[in-house]
Amino acid sequence: MSGQSAATLRKQPAPTPSAEPVLSWGRYPKVAHRYVHKPAWNDQVADILKSAAPGSLLPYGLGRSYGDSCLNADRELIDCRRLNRILGFDESTGIMRCEGGVSLTDIIAVFLPKGWFLPVTPGTRFVTVGGAIANDVHGKNHHCAGTFGAHVRQIGLHRSDYGLVNCNSEENSDMLRATIGGLGLTGVIAWADIQLKRVAGPWIDAESIPFQSLNTFLDLSRESNERFEYTVAWLDCCAGKNPRGIFFRGNHAADPGKQFHPKRGPNLPFALPTWMLNRYSVKGFNTAYYRIHAARKGAATVPYDSFFYPLDSVRQWNLLYGKRGFLQYQCVIPESNVEAFGELLDRIARSGMGSFLGVLKQFGSAPPAGLLSFPRPGLTIALDFAMRGERTLKLMQSLDEIVQQSGGALYPAKDARMSPSLFEASFPRWRGFVPYIDPKMSSSFWRRVMGAQ
Amino acid sequence: MAAAAQLATPHPATAMQKIVILGATSGIALEVERQLALRGCELLLVARSPQRLAELRADLLVRGAQQALTYSANLASIQQHAALFDFIRGAFADFDTVLLAYGSMHNQKDSETSVDVLLEELQVNFVSAAAILNWFAVDLERRGTGCLAAITSVAGDRGRRSNYVYGSAKGGLSLFLQGLRSRLYPAGVRVITIKPGPVQTPMTDDLPNAARFADPEQVARDIVRALERRSPDVLYTPKIWRYIMTAVQQIPESIFKRLSF
Repeated sequence: MSGQSAATLRKQPAPTPSAEPVLSWGRYPKVAHRYVHKPAWNDQVADILKSAAPGSLLPYGLGRSYGDSCLNADRELIDCRRLNRILGFDESTGIMRCEGGVSLTDIIAVFLPKGWFLPVTPGTRFVTVGGAIANDVHGKNHHCAGTFGAHVRQIGLHRSDYGLVNCNSEENSDMLRATIGGLGLTGVIAWADIQLKRVAGPWIDAESIPFQSLNTFLDLSRESNERFEYTVAWLDCCAGKNPRGIFFRGNHAADPGKQFHPKRGPNLPFALPTWMLNRYSVKGFNTAYYRIHAARKGAATVPYDSFFYPLDSVRQWNLLYGKRGFLQYQCVIPESNVEAFGELLDRIARSGMGSFLGVLKQFGSAPPAGLLSFPRPGLTIALDFAMRGERTLKLMQSLDEIVQQSGGALYPAKDARMSPSLFEASFPRWRGFVPYIDPKMSSSFWRRVMGAQ
Repeated sequence: MAAAAQLATPHPATAMQKIVILGATSGIALEVERQLALRGCELLLVARSPQRLAELRADLLVRGAQQALTYSANLASIQQHAALFDFIRGAFADFDTVLLAYGSMHNQKDSETSVDVLLEELQVNFVSAAAILNWFAVDLERRGTGCLAAITSVAGDRGRRSNYVYGSAKGGLSLFLQGLRSRLYPAGVRVITIKPGPVQTPMTDDLPNAARFADPEQVARDIVRALERRSPDVLYTPKIWRYIMTAVQQIPESIFKRLSF
């Protein structure tokens, strides 16, 4: 009956955008959507695709993309969060099948007690499997494990033109490569087979080491990548060309230790007033962060959640940046151009607009898993900038120049403003991607970088 | 925090182990089943779509359910009940808890203009529900144990202009449960009436202000706790609805009839 009632209700559409508009993590740009579909079952997705107009749809997960790649201004979204079932698990191989809306935090909650962990995890566990595939996310183990997409064995993809398509390395392998990193444009992921990884328990043997220059970071990183599964650095981006920072590295502890459930941290209840975030408060924060961690340097066995997801402990930390939201800038620059990297840092420091949470990582040389995968050999940095209008956008444009000249790339999952030419330079294989786009799919990001708007 | 608290408190030893869920693919039931799976319960899932039941079953087994049987039937059709009872007698005879979770909510305007829609609304939410609950009541009464719970609605506490067809069906079910509770009391069978406020489920997606409705996970937590403790007799969830409805019921009819909500 409820199926019929849903149909009856939809005939008198209530497209009034409800009280809570859909936003991306950066809360910029703020756009309106015509309708948000919320299928609870995979059979409903097929119906949604069938009845949609060309270029009108985009799948949406937990909205952790920072910019507009998860938005579809004035069109429709398919909110996939109710498609959150785990469909099977093979204990002998560690391969798990789940629907696209299952969150990584859910996977950890179910499988870590059984001794399995995610093969690759980004810096937040509040993303869906569909989102992790569509952005081909990377983590602290990129140098040895590659991206999330490298551990996807098979997917079922809802297409408006071909129906439910199986994609694996033998069958429709090209469609699989397009969907990995394909920003949701190739269809809706019905289910995915993910290769999980065996671990002893929920603990990480971690070390933190302070460093005072880019070269010491590189030495540390090269040396650590041999011996540590996870490496990443936090960077004080107020410090200019020769930045200080803290290098974190770790391995899964061999001792299972005690099981625990991560605590739910405090919520940031509302957007902070913009004036609270200024060059003095940020400098102060960065100095304090550096001193605290430098004083605590050394080895310790820590819970996995504080090692992988330090920011998840404050729910909705994005509200820190005030009502206008923020932009994140994540680029990768080839290692042969370390000078360009120094110049980038210098520009940010001189602008006085840099913020905390500068994250630095040396990518490994694994071949890309998807056609539009972002990670490639080089140094990647991610920084937040509070949205302060034109001057924020100008600074980021000037950073774009350095990235483009040095043969680097920007990360679409973090982007709300890159130019079509920088997108083309970052993803030279984009033309090969276009034929795989589902005719019913589009996104704000895609229209922007294709120069459609 | 809540998840951690759940893990921290050892589950009281209860008889809640084998549970029949009627309307297993409905929004609130889905959340209840996950929490039951986590406790290692055995489930019999009844819903219309075999495909959805198969997907659901797989999920609950991975999450810890000791058993997840499925049975496909349209429970609104009373002719289909007998076969279900046969199945239960064969495969799930020693169930100890029943949760009726199915229901439908049509647009009220449709049931004002179409008698078919009106009768269907009453058939799904009241007539078929009373019929099926009666069978379970007889069975549990004979065994002198168990718990019978059904999801009605705060909409059943007062007939409102905008939603009285759904409301009267759910209100009728609440009254039915009230009587059943008294009838089964001597036998030691508990009957729980669950009255949720508006919850974010597919049934309510297209209502105005749906984003402000209660989180189904929280509602499910309340329901599971009630099933486990076999009390209270009438559960309002979220709790605030007990107070809201107490207040709403105090409004004199002469004023209430003028209100348009």
